[in-house]
Amino acid sequence: MYSTSDLRKGLKIEIDGQPYVITDFQFVKPGKGQALYRCKMKNIMTGTGLERTYRSTEKIGKPDLMQKDMSYSYPDGEHFVFMDDATYEQVTVDVDVVGDFKYFLIEEMPCKVLFFNDTPIDLELPVFVEKVIAETEPGARGDTATNVMKPAKIDNGYEIQVPLFINEGDLVRIDTRTGEYVDRVNKK
Amino acid sequence: MDLSSKTTALQLRARVLTAVRSFFVSRDYLEVETPIRVNTPAMEDHIDAEASGDAWLRTSPELHMKRMVCAGFEKIFQVGPCFRQGERGQRHLPEYTMLEWYWTGVSSEVLIGETCDLLQAVADVAGGGPFDGVDLKAAPKIYTISELFLKWAGWDPVLDFDADRFDFDLVEKVEPVLSKETVPVVVKNFPAERAALARMRPENPQVADRWEMYVGGVELANAYTELTDAREQRTRFEVCAEERSGRGQEVYPLDEAFLTALERGMPDCAGIALGVDRLLMRLVGTDEIADVVAFA
Repeated sequence: MYSTSDLRKGLKIEIDGQPYVITDFQFVKPGKGQALYRCKMKNIMTGTGLERTYRSTEKIGKPDLMQKDMSYSYPDGEHFVFMDDATYEQVTVDVDVVGDFKYFLIEEMPCKVLFFNDTPIDLELPVFVEKVIAETEPGARGDTATNVMKPAKIDNGYEIQVPLFINEGDLVRIDTRTGEYVDRVNKK
Repeated sequence: MDLSSKTTALQLRARVLTAVRSFFVSRDYLEVETPIRVNTPAMEDHIDAEASGDAWLRTSPELHMKRMVCAGFEKIFQVGPCFRQGERGQRHLPEYTMLEWYWTGVSSEVLIGETCDLLQAVADVAGGGPFDGVDLKAAPKIYTISELFLKWAGWDPVLDFDADRFDFDLVEKVEPVLSKETVPVVVKNFPAERAALARMRPENPQVADRWEMYVGGVELANAYTELTDAREQRTRFEVCAEERSGRGQEVYPLDEAFLTALERGMPDCAGIALGVDRLLMRLVGTDEIADVVAFA
């Protein structure tokens, strides 16, 4: 269990069997009153927000969370199979947890998988992933403007906005946190 | 934030402190200094003192300043550090700067006007404002605790006090509403259970003659028409000691020197404490108290 002195932004706690991360934290003491700890938090699994105020004597649940280094292996229907780098154990992660990351997964990609009570609930990818542009209108030769964008699709159909000079077959870098184009990767 | 990036805030801080001193001197207040290391701290329900050898660091200059009032110092003010154990947050530091003043012969209501005059003077040295949407030079809005709680929390703490619920509702329901006000707000007539060292209102012994000022939803100052009855003061300290002991908090010795001074007689007076760092937060436009203190 945590005590209120442990509370801070970013701390992961458990309420009613659900894991939460504290997004905003404030120590308050209303005029001549007791110390209170105001927390805004987000459910790690559902993303739902919650506000809670604690007294200094209260104990707060500590979730059984573990982050493991895993490599992506292959898709399996509605699941994605990852392998534990340490034990080679295979784990299937639900598509709901993977979300839009499914477009960026590459075989053997090093990922971090967060487990809550031994169930995978969150996934962290490398910040940048390189993908080939499969479909886009031809770029105007010599147009190096980076502020005018056009739609493009990568090999698995995921659509991004790219600058006009990008052509089909180009390798581009995508930020997995935002899902947006970063730059073109020069072919070796 | 590193020290060099606080230059503007610290320059303003120095100008504000100068303006505060001129303000009080021009109104015939005497600047005083009282011990920072004290034989016993003022005992309050939820304020813990830092030990300093066999003594404590003051949590407030209140009791010594009142001894000066008892001795005939009619208008006194002090600016200096106070210490409270375990208080650290966006609006709290374990060592912070308090401005406290006492005026003999008046009630706490007179201090509302004087505090607003002070805010005007301070706003002027900080460019006039408004500050984060709050006009410090405007006349204050005045509410009673009862009307605020009835409107936003659905109950009246003066009629039927519940300490725990009072704290939660104040923080979760009332203060967020006050943060939307664009002028200073005075909240008055606290329940007797939260009188601290204020006397009761003559027309209603359930209501303490105490008010607090909020600026932008942040508690800035706390004022009393001071309790001058030595017997009642002793009883309040004793009740407080019992409650602290019940909660497992340290119990401090009663301040007999202060109680003796009260027994000899304290003139009617009003007193107020104002958090200098919080005032600066508002003037600078920051939500972090550490931004207005050189080393925090």
